[in-house]
Amino acid sequence: MASERFDAVVVGSGPGGYVSAIRAAQLGQRVAVVEADRPGGICLNWGCIPTKALLRNAEVLQLFQRAGEFGVTVDNLRADYGVAYTRSRQVAERMSKGVEFLFRKNKITLVAGLGTLTAPNAVRVQAPDGSSRTIEARAVVLATGAAPKSLPGMTLDKTRVISSDEALRLDRLPRSVVVIGAGAVGVEFADVFAAYGVQVTIVEALPRLLPIEDEEISKLLARSFAKRKIDVRTGVKVQAVRTGRDGVTVELEQEGQGARVEAAVVLMAVGRGANTQALGLDALGVATERGFVKVSPRMETSVPGIYAIGDLAGPPLLAHKASAEGVVAAEALAGHAGRPVDYRAVPSCTYCHPQVASLGLTEAQARADGRAVKVGKYLFLANGKAQALGEPEGLVKIVAAEDTGEILGVHILGAEATELIAELALGKTLEATVEEVGHTIHAHPTMSEAVMEAALDAMGQAIHL
Amino acid sequence: MAVTKVVMPKLSEAMETGKLLRWLKQEGDRISGGDIIAEIETDKADIELEAFGSGVLRKLLATPGTAVPVGGLIAVIAEPGDDISAVVSGAPAGPAPAPPPAPAPPAAPAPAPALAPPAASAPAPAPAPVLAAPSPAPAARPTTPVAPPAAPTVLPAGRLRVSPLARKLAQRANIDLAGLTGTGPGGRIIQRDIEAFVAARPAAAAPSAPPARPAAAPAAARTGPATEDVPLSQIRAAIARQMVQSKAPVPHFYITTEVAMDRAAELREELQALPGAPKVTFTDVVVRACAVTLQKHPGVNASFTGDAIRRHRAAHIGIAVAVEDGLITPVLRDCDQKSLFQIATESRDLVERTRARKLRQQELSGATFSVSNLGMFPVDEFSAIINPPEGAILAVGAIADKAVVVDGQLAVGKRMRVTLSADHRVMDGAMGARFLADLKAALEAPLALLV
Repeated sequence: MASERFDAVVVGSGPGGYVSAIRAAQLGQRVAVVEADRPGGICLNWGCIPTKALLRNAEVLQLFQRAGEFGVTVDNLRADYGVAYTRSRQVAERMSKGVEFLFRKNKITLVAGLGTLTAPNAVRVQAPDGSSRTIEARAVVLATGAAPKSLPGMTLDKTRVISSDEALRLDRLPRSVVVIGAGAVGVEFADVFAAYGVQVTIVEALPRLLPIEDEEISKLLARSFAKRKIDVRTGVKVQAVRTGRDGVTVELEQEGQGARVEAAVVLMAVGRGANTQALGLDALGVATERGFVKVSPRMETSVPGIYAIGDLAGPPLLAHKASAEGVVAAEALAGHAGRPVDYRAVPSCTYCHPQVASLGLTEAQARADGRAVKVGKYLFLANGKAQALGEPEGLVKIVAAEDTGEILGVHILGAEATELIAELALGKTLEATVEEVGHTIHAHPTMSEAVMEAALDAMGQAIHL
Repeated sequence: MAVTKVVMPKLSEAMETGKLLRWLKQEGDRISGGDIIAEIETDKADIELEAFGSGVLRKLLATPGTAVPVGGLIAVIAEPGDDISAVVSGAPAGPAPAPPPAPAPPAAPAPAPALAPPAASAPAPAPAPVLAAPSPAPAARPTTPVAPPAAPTVLPAGRLRVSPLARKLAQRANIDLAGLTGTGPGGRIIQRDIEAFVAARPAAAAPSAPPARPAAAPAAARTGPATEDVPLSQIRAAIARQMVQSKAPVPHFYITTEVAMDRAAELREELQALPGAPKVTFTDVVVRACAVTLQKHPGVNASFTGDAIRRHRAAHIGIAVAVEDGLITPVLRDCDQKSLFQIATESRDLVERTRARKLRQQELSGATFSVSNLGMFPVDEFSAIINPPEGAILAVGAIADKAVVVDGQLAVGKRMRVTLSADHRVMDGAMGARFLADLKAALEAPLALLV
């Protein structure tokens, strides 16, 4: 059994792990990355990236479906989901290759296999061929991510009851789907399925779609989904999922009333749990909390020299949050005083149509905190660019502190909302207030003017409202 | 040939500005290196400024009584024939330091945006210099610039790096930004700095409970304002700044022990009786004991640097000295190398010069550990605030005669309580406790302090 020494070994090569490895290499560390699957992790292979490719297909298809509005006549419109699937795989493949390239460029050693901690500074790697080797390093970064969960007592049989892992491997769509869970994953798949004509029911135990988003956003999205004939059922408990010969029956309960929905497939999108099992954490005394690894602001676990980042280190389970934590861990292990992640400035994005993007507190949370708040809003209906694009749906909403104008929360629904949020994430990081955002000159005509107007509205100075 | 720029020196870690007290030379005087040319008041002491270059004092740029930021040009030394116009013109015009040319003049006459509401109706706060008295918003300004054009008046050269949110919070809480050190990138003052400052502010800021004795004499006879604001002296402001910078970011913990001082007191009596012996104070004995003990505990003689713990080989000990309007902690260097008599002699000189504000620059910083003795007051014990970047400070209470149990018998003993305040980032409780145990042993068997 061979043993090699590095400065740092990163277990997992998702957006947390690979970024951490590159940052550590930039700081002069000798780095190895252990990966059991393909470089890039869930994000690049079975998450963010391929779903975005599918959602783009859905968007293109929806544009064709409303081509008449633009005076374009399309006869015999047919959409081949098989091609959408193939395209999503090609995009993922390209991105994964990109990670391998970055590893080579930064002289990072990629080790294929499943990593397990055997000591605070040693990782045993079980290669696919059964051989194993041990990698020693001054510091270990754990970045093994998370995997889909199911509801208690309901198993993912991977054919009738599937998770996002299987959904991304479908090259043909079922005629009907019940999506259980209306978080980002459930909502995005519901969007893709519905665009391709699948009969979609989306079920959520909490009272609204995207329950962590601002209530106003949830309401508007529900209205939009209803227009697209997506059956939205919120505040509903799933009592049972019964698999039959031709499909699945989902038994629901809403305010004491029973109901059932039948569909060809059930997509379970009820959240993800950290991949802690195979890591050997307990033997080394690495502390966990509610299934996630406990970390310091420098991303160090309870065992010095062992770091944990990304989904493993707890919510929010977002790729960009994992990357940010990866940088912090790399700088810490290289002896640099890095800046800890500011969790108040982590944007959260859902790529359904229209898109949803947010950061910070919802209006209700800010008020519940006892803060005196002022809220600025601007509807895309009043925005010239949105009108010209034919995308007048949605709004920008900024929740600010009454006294200082501190940006407490931002909530955007609309076309390219996920791009618009970047401006306010920067603003939040620089501690800009609504005053600075409102006084920033925004190009005309752009969707981003809605951001400026919402900031001005918070000060009672919106021009075009 | 050489043109020498005389700038406001940085005389201590915390020093940001210095006040020019008086010029001791005139324009036109010939200067050689080492001549004392001016007196400067820093937040800690009055310091004599030596000239580094030789030549003629060509230009005095700072007016006595004005505060000048560290690094600010205050005078120019050159030969009579040298052209100093470039040097002088690069400096603030005239003797009074003025702001440097702003990179972007905020007053640029932008076409008045018709759409923007006039300032009068804007709720935006006017960017009044924080140190200036609150002045009414300038009515003529059509919009409120986000970055204030003028830095606070006392800091003409160094533009304050501060986030917009921090600036607003500071305005609301009436905090002088010039008194804060930022923890953001490049020392930028950010939200948490203001919050830490506010949190550490004395309770006066908090809406306090009703007065302790509401039944006391009715206020009818009293005239004049109910409160009086005493302006902060340089030293008071420095203490306020330093202490907050310590207490807010440094996680303190405290360990107290009681030391039998009977033998130390006897020893001190005997030493004093020796012919030609200097006066030895209990502080000197404690300082010597600390120096000896610190050598055994390098982990306590240490500083937190952000990504490492820096252990200091020498024990440079700061001795807290109360002065009229505050506290100064001059440094007695290399205490581990010095005998008790040397420490006694030097510390006496140091304390006297501290009270007279005649300290030398190198005596103001560089301590690795401090001792604060309030034993001259009826203080049983107290805990002191660490003076960063030091890792610990020892607070010394009064020596008192106490009923003690010795070998099962009640007896009278001299007891002194000492409390170690330690930076938890540098050390843990057990490390501090071991240090304290050895310190106690050293003080209780004090002969070893003489060798």
